Amino acid sequence: MSFSILGAGSALPSCVKTNDDLAQILDTSDQWIYTRTGIRRRHVITTETITGMAAEAARKALAAAGITPEDLDYIVCPTVGGDYITPGLGCTLQEELGAHCPAIDINAGCSGFLYSLDVVDGIFARKKARYVLVTAAEGLSRIMDWTERSTCVLFGDGAGAVVLGEGDGLRYLKLRTQGCSAPLHGRFPMGNSPWTKEEPHTHFVHMEGQEVYKFAVNTICTSVQEALEETGLSIDDMHHVLLHQANMRIIEAARRKLSIPEERCHCCIEETGNISAASIPTLIDRCSREGLFHSGENLLLCAFGAGFTSGTAILTWK
Amino acid sequence: MTNLEKLEQILSEYKELEPGSLTLETTFEELELDSLDLVDMTMACEDAFGVSIELTDDLKTVGDLLKLVEKD
Repeated sequence: MSFSILGAGSALPSCVKTNDDLAQILDTSDQWIYTRTGIRRRHVITTETITGMAAEAARKALAAAGITPEDLDYIVCPTVGGDYITPGLGCTLQEELGAHCPAIDINAGCSGFLYSLDVVDGIFARKKARYVLVTAAEGLSRIMDWTERSTCVLFGDGAGAVVLGEGDGLRYLKLRTQGCSAPLHGRFPMGNSPWTKEEPHTHFVHMEGQEVYKFAVNTICTSVQEALEETGLSIDDMHHVLLHQANMRIIEAARRKLSIPEERCHCCIEETGNISAASIPTLIDRCSREGLFHSGENLLLCAFGAGFTSGTAILTWK
Repeated sequence: MTNLEKLEQILSEYKELEPGSLTLETTFEELELDSLDLVDMTMACEDAFGVSIELTDDLKTVGDLLKLVEKD
């Protein structure tokens, strides 16, 4: 027995920045950004906190599942970082929700949601829980260099959550890590240790776009083909495909190579930008609220991110 | 089919090309390929020629690419 998705929720900060807004502070344009990324706008934190966004998404997911924070047996938060270095986002979210269960963070870059599902699969397999909340929340605008036009335009802030309950919705899940940090990483801020020999550096995200593009397209294609072979399913059996929303060019290249019909490949990148681990649960929430998912339909999820990490899952909708 | 013709076939997926118009001196800048077109096109070359291509700043012309796909 593993799990099924009982409810989903998402939240975005109120401040929206369009490509034209970014062109006011960077040497760029709407045309340049849109043709290379498929992004029109992104939401960025102003007064919000990452915990606050996470709580908003979580409350919506709890309401959709028909349970309360007291019913939760575990909280898992995929994120590259919450409001504090420590405690983790899981703890600050638990406090905000008034829940009383254990809470942890999973940092696997943009693949964090898939890594969290694997952890949750183990929790259910050990019969340690009836209900688990997975809430991904990212405040990437805080770790962007807003003078570096090739990277900062890609990312946004947001949160997505799902409530999972005992069930047999999970049909396949496989993770991969290919240790390779140079092309995509963000460092801890410099401290003031009198003994450090560290070279001065910033905490901004560094990304080599071509390397990441190549990794992403190859990984999606290889992982999805492997998932289909191992389950004996075909791409036609996948009613909905939710790929990590990093760049529309990556999504389109992978979609064409895998012959996924356009109408089955759901996207929100135009409005959100890349919100890292929060992108897939946000898509799950949007699609479910739009009534796109029907009982018994298969969802194919695939994410890739810093590490390099990647994860692929097939879930049957409740 | 020569390797240059094979490259022309791959590149025509990205840009409209007159048959036979590609030369060794043609640059990717002239073809107006952006950075992601370039990486996608080299991935297609890797599949077609069975080679591994490392993207570097030296990769500027069709001739540079031909050398890489013929290196093995």
